[in-house]
Amino acid sequence: MNRTSFRKLLAPSAAALALSISLTACGASNEAGAESGGDSSETGGLSGDLNGAGASSQEKAQGAWATGFQGLNDGNVTVNYDPVGSGDGRTNFIEGGVSFAGSDSYLTDDEGELSAAKERCGGEDPIEVPAYVSPIAVAFNLEGVDSLNLDADTIAQIFDNKITTWNDPAIADQNPDAELPDLAITPVHRSDDSGTTKNFTDYLGKASDSWSYEAEDAFPVKGGEAAEGTSGVISAVSGGTGTIGYADESQVGDLSVVSVKVGEEYVAPSTEGAAKVVETSPAAEGRADVDMAVDIDRTTTEPGAYPVVLLSYLIACQTYEDQAEADLVQGYLSYIVSDEGQAAASEEAGSAPLSASVAEKAQSIVDAISAG
Amino acid sequence: MRYHVATIAADQRTGPARLGDRVFSATALAAGIAILLALAGVFVFLAIEGVPGLAKPAEFYGDATSFWGYVAPLLFGTVLAAVIALIVAVPLAWGIALVVSHYAPKSIATPIAYVIDLLAAVPSVVFGLWGISVLARQLQPGYVWLDENMGWLPFFAGPASGTGRTILTAGLVLAIMILPIITAISREVFSQTPRLHEEAALALGATRWEMIRMAVFPYARSGMVSAVMLGLGRALGETMAVAMVLSAGGGISLNLISSSNPASIASNIASNYKEGTPGKIQVLIATGLVLFLVTFLVNFAARWVVTRNERKLTR
Amino acid sequence: MSVTTAPARPTSEPVAFTQARLPRLAPVLVGVVAVAAAALPVLLLDWGLVAWALVAGLVHLVALPAWARVVEGPRGAADRMVTGLVWAACLVAIVPLVSLLYTVVDRGMAAISSTFLTYSMYRTDLDQEVGIYHALVGTLLITLGAAVISVPIGIMAAIYLIEYGKGSRLARWITFLVDVMTGIPSIVAGLFAFSLFILLFGPATRLGIGGSVALSLLMIPVVVRSTEEMLRLVPADLREASYALGVPKWRTIVKVVLPTALGGIVTGVTLAIARVVGETAPLLLIAGLTTRTNFNLFSERMTTLPVLIYTQNANPGIAETPGGTPPGIAIAWGGALVLILIVMMLNLVARIIGAIFAPKTGH
Repeated sequence: MNRTSFRKLLAPSAAALALSISLTACGASNEAGAESGGDSSETGGLSGDLNGAGASSQEKAQGAWATGFQGLNDGNVTVNYDPVGSGDGRTNFIEGGVSFAGSDSYLTDDEGELSAAKERCGGEDPIEVPAYVSPIAVAFNLEGVDSLNLDADTIAQIFDNKITTWNDPAIADQNPDAELPDLAITPVHRSDDSGTTKNFTDYLGKASDSWSYEAEDAFPVKGGEAAEGTSGVISAVSGGTGTIGYADESQVGDLSVVSVKVGEEYVAPSTEGAAKVVETSPAAEGRADVDMAVDIDRTTTEPGAYPVVLLSYLIACQTYEDQAEADLVQGYLSYIVSDEGQAAASEEAGSAPLSASVAEKAQSIVDAISAG
Repeated sequence: MRYHVATIAADQRTGPARLGDRVFSATALAAGIAILLALAGVFVFLAIEGVPGLAKPAEFYGDATSFWGYVAPLLFGTVLAAVIALIVAVPLAWGIALVVSHYAPKSIATPIAYVIDLLAAVPSVVFGLWGISVLARQLQPGYVWLDENMGWLPFFAGPASGTGRTILTAGLVLAIMILPIITAISREVFSQTPRLHEEAALALGATRWEMIRMAVFPYARSGMVSAVMLGLGRALGETMAVAMVLSAGGGISLNLISSSNPASIASNIASNYKEGTPGKIQVLIATGLVLFLVTFLVNFAARWVVTRNERKLTR
Repeated sequence: MSVTTAPARPTSEPVAFTQARLPRLAPVLVGVVAVAAAALPVLLLDWGLVAWALVAGLVHLVALPAWARVVEGPRGAADRMVTGLVWAACLVAIVPLVSLLYTVVDRGMAAISSTFLTYSMYRTDLDQEVGIYHALVGTLLITLGAAVISVPIGIMAAIYLIEYGKGSRLARWITFLVDVMTGIPSIVAGLFAFSLFILLFGPATRLGIGGSVALSLLMIPVVVRSTEEMLRLVPADLREASYALGVPKWRTIVKVVLPTALGGIVTGVTLAIARVVGETAPLLLIAGLTTRTNFNLFSERMTTLPVLIYTQNANPGIAETPGGTPPGIAIAWGGALVLILIVMMLNLVARIIGAIFAPKTGH
């Protein structure tokens, strides 16, 4: 035995501690200027932290909005958005853990969430405004084929494993010019629950006769290839052969996308088409004035509209007890639905900017947020 | 219990001078009890949140009509992936541990040990990314070959997955993930074998392998089992990597190479937690409770086997 | 894949008085022959390099024991066989490691720059550059917090199990339950910590220390198990010698038992840290996500590297040029590389500490 004392261990531990303390002394290089620029009277004039949580689909857009809003207020504001998922976001909001929530589906009373949200907002109806619209592309990977025209029935049967080869007459009839191989179709769906799946299956259910499942967050057909998240689906579709999947249009990259039959025409996914369908869709029934929940019109025949879209909402209260919190929520949500905010999200996340009429209505609702 | 006498002797010396002893042993006991409390806390939490999930209306369970119908494929997937991982990782890990402790000269052994420890440093998310973008694609042609040539085995019944993201791939990723932990602990216990035991065996004319079998393994048995149990725990509970690599959504099947595979409990929680409503989350937590009980049973069984073996040895 | 056995330690070389032995260079010789023999089918059937290596390895694994069986008898053959197998295990394990590291370094290096390491993601303009500094700080602090909680508890509990409670019913239960704890899925640990903190501090609670608590639930079993195994192996003679000198039991543990087992304990703690440093699910729940750097574990949100990697990969944004890498993907791989480097460094430091303080024994 040599003489070993644990006191000797103190020296390196102390050194490590000193290191971590000296680390503590220096903040991130880019934050230093913003922190010291304390003159808050110039532009937005707000300061403090604003916390939100919810749908991960909005994360990148939230990043863009937070950046713009922080810029408006000279870096005296920090917006935090936890992309924990719509369900958790709504729960956090209802429990009072966050000031606003992002959600891929609107509040309902199926499990009492709408009533609970009302209670959280002091008995007033919660605000729900559309904030993030993203076209969902049906992307495929098939050698020698760059574009396909499909109607809802055919897409439904492909994802229901009813059409199993690429040269099936149903596909060939709609694509006389394409050279379709005798290859098995591998449909790829999301393995995690997601608003994307819910919107996609909602579209299949309403626009086709061959889809017998309910619109759900979890993909209803058993078996087949499944992947985690949008990036997982994209990776699986591009990694396989004869694969087809659905994902946010902004993420499909090099993959070919299906043009979907709307009315008598085939429409490729586009942000304009997505914004258009949101504009022309009817409001959900029995909602309050401040609640802009819509039931997307999947069977629209409006020229140029693209009905396979994901619509994600912001949920907030009309009044907040704390003046500072109310100002921040009001300022942030106003920025989000403004042209500037929508353009920023479009640039960063590839979302579809809200159409003028929708944005205007949303603006009037969020502008009224106050303390009380 | 070889140092029984000494322990008793030390315990008998009580008195004011031994205050330090009492404080020290009380602290140690408190630490042990803290662990019990933490685990009890987790269990109580799981029970309170999860028990309502056991008997929800049928629509909460997707295709299945009852909770057990919902959890059975998940449980099967969890165990299957963990078993694949153990079958692959345990022999490899012991092999590497032996190389480090007994075969390689120190100048090679230290780098090997360091390199294997590096594997432990890779975050699950990265294992997931690598699993999808590299491993699954490399293995896919292999699955096609297995399907064509060994399709008569139920494991390779096919049709082979088009992307390679099968439960076998997930099991292999898990195997790589648990390799460092099993290797590190085994290697430490192997190298603690008393030199005298080893040299005695060699002096009796044993080959190196016979020495290892007769001197090293019996000495290290408990540690080897611990290492495997730690690896098994990691494999059962691993969340992100499995969620990312596995093409989940199928039912119970021994088919290892198709694209419809049962999810594991932990990955299913992670995948479906995000968009879950409160009722759905209770169901998910109930599946967590099931995993907890399974871990409990597996450990119980392992412990029973070990104690029985130890008794046999001491006889 | 010509496997060559390393020269065995001179002390453990069995001294052969009567038995015939293969020449010392036999493994090398068989290796060369194996590579040559494997070349035949490989060239004939036009297989790749990988197949060549595999076939050569297999030939070597079979041929050397076969030769040894003829010359040295079955015991020698078994010995050669095992030697071949353990070295093969080593090589097989290194293949995925190299592939993994190559992937991470290849994709991660591009992202790493001085701004990447010193900037946070806080921006006031979309054109500003971003970095991972905030996540780096968060990972270090939360992991440090988890280590501060779990290392003392873990080591003291192991001491109780081995030195005080050995054989008692309580000790048996603790050992058993620690094993059960290893199987807690990380997300369940996160949910537990989240519920606990919400219960104690209200629904708006997002704290770095909450993440530390969740991580320590995952760390403790690894620390206890590895420490327990190391303490178990400390020879009883050492303890008895110390008692015989009249040293109190607790001083014996601190001065004799722990230092003897230190190398193994340090390995265990390092493993435990490596185990939790990459956790995502629990931290996203309880520690939240922020773009700013936060140095205070006890207030407000804190971002960690794995959470950043996960979220950036899930929502990578759109590439500046069509078909290019989305910015989030680059950040994710860069973050992964940094995370691996951090753990590597921790590992190295731990080894150095272990080497300095462990008593010099024969091993």
